[in-house]
Amino acid sequence: MRTRFQQGLDELRQKLLKMGGLAEQAVDRACQAYLDRDLTRCQMVLEGETQINISERQIDELAFDLLAMQQPMAVDLRFILAVTKINADLERVGDQAVNIAERVMDMVSLPAVDLPVDIGRMSAAVSAMVRRSLESFIEAKAELAQAVLEMDNVVDRMRDEAFITLVKTMNERPETTRQALDALLVARNLERVADHATNIAEDVIFWVRGADVRHNAPQEGNGQEQPAQRAASETH
Amino acid sequence: MGVGIRVENLNAWYGKTQALQDINLNVQANHATALIGPSGCGKSTFIRCLNRMHETTPEARVEGKVKIGEHDAYDGTSATKLRRRIGMVFQKPNPFPTMSIYENVAAGLKLNGYHDRKHLDEVVEKSLVSSALWEEVKDSIHKKSGASLSGGQQQRLCIARALAVEPEVLLMDEPCSALDPISTGKIEELIFELKAQYTIVIVTHNMQQAARVAEYTGFFLLGRLIEYGKTEKIFTNPSDKRTEDYITGRFG
Repeated sequence: MRTRFQQGLDELRQKLLKMGGLAEQAVDRACQAYLDRDLTRCQMVLEGETQINISERQIDELAFDLLAMQQPMAVDLRFILAVTKINADLERVGDQAVNIAERVMDMVSLPAVDLPVDIGRMSAAVSAMVRRSLESFIEAKAELAQAVLEMDNVVDRMRDEAFITLVKTMNERPETTRQALDALLVARNLERVADHATNIAEDVIFWVRGADVRHNAPQEGNGQEQPAQRAASETH
Repeated sequence: MGVGIRVENLNAWYGKTQALQDINLNVQANHATALIGPSGCGKSTFIRCLNRMHETTPEARVEGKVKIGEHDAYDGTSATKLRRRIGMVFQKPNPFPTMSIYENVAAGLKLNGYHDRKHLDEVVEKSLVSSALWEEVKDSIHKKSGASLSGGQQQRLCIARALAVEPEVLLMDEPCSALDPISTGKIEELIFELKAQYTIVIVTHNMQQAARVAEYTGFFLLGRLIEYGKTEKIFTNPSDKRTEDYITGRFG
């Protein structure tokens, strides 16, 4: 048993979970800020980004050290690769939260108008995707990750609907154009967060099953999924 | 050119202890195949069965089929004749210490009755070029003894000696375990080049080495071949839990 190596993998896992918590919190805060027109929460999102960026660097450094010093193989190699990719996606999730917060700050500076878009519903769906993708990582469960992939289409449709209704609003009520544009950008940012959650879920599947499911790639080695899955769940 | 090796139901014993159990394996011609596994798992015994060195150990015996190309290794052909087709390189370089570099490389040919000086010169040069040693020793092949070379050079000299008799298969039993990283790198480069002409089977404890040089890898455990397949598959997503545990260091 390579104890020091296992400790390194555990530390990497803990750091990524903390990073996941920060990114999830940033999105939730930004969405709540939109719904409540709350500038305090916007400020918290902007300030929280620094910590997310620091975490990203620490995780990359630890992963890099483990790759260089421990020459990981098989499930451990897949785990470290998945962590570095999830790490990058989480940092981008943080960036999207900042974008949303900036849109909200712009909206708050303008008169409040009623817009035909349900950002609350969309943000609930997106938050669920982020949360479940992180749960699939915590529990090393490919089935949970698979469920996240299936939710992505729902969010895409919400974004398309928001686009159609908000463009219509801009045409019919030109005085609300700036607010409608802000809302449209928020919808687009949320859809991007959903894409990052999808990437995270795909990376979890790659780690657990050793199968690349990106861009609907054919699943290889179906017959080998069980041993790989067992190894992933036993050791992490 | 290299030939494929076909092993069917191979069993081997040291006295009453069974060292190999029902090994079935096809080694691809002109590829490198790495054999990995913990000490005592049978991987060295396995390659020693391929060139019938196993039977030279007192009380050792073999059952099963080994085909080197079209020829059955155990059908009554003489072991010496078989070994002419299968070169072997060992863990510790073992040049003949009192012979010059030239004599070391030419030794196998001379034993086989070749004494034409011009022919020997050609083969010695060709073999030393193939083993990537020629440039370093060409001015002193008659003056220097094999033992005067560095460890890495000695190992390449042993490879040249094995190549001189133009084998079809090259067996390597941990050829780099006594060498520094630079010499190891040279031997690994060499293995890569030699694949074009020879079939290579290499036993190694260094899994990164197996991953670097071999297209196929076999994992042995307690005398059995647990898993055999494409190297990238074995090292990224093995099918058997025992292989996974071994290569990730979770054994024990």
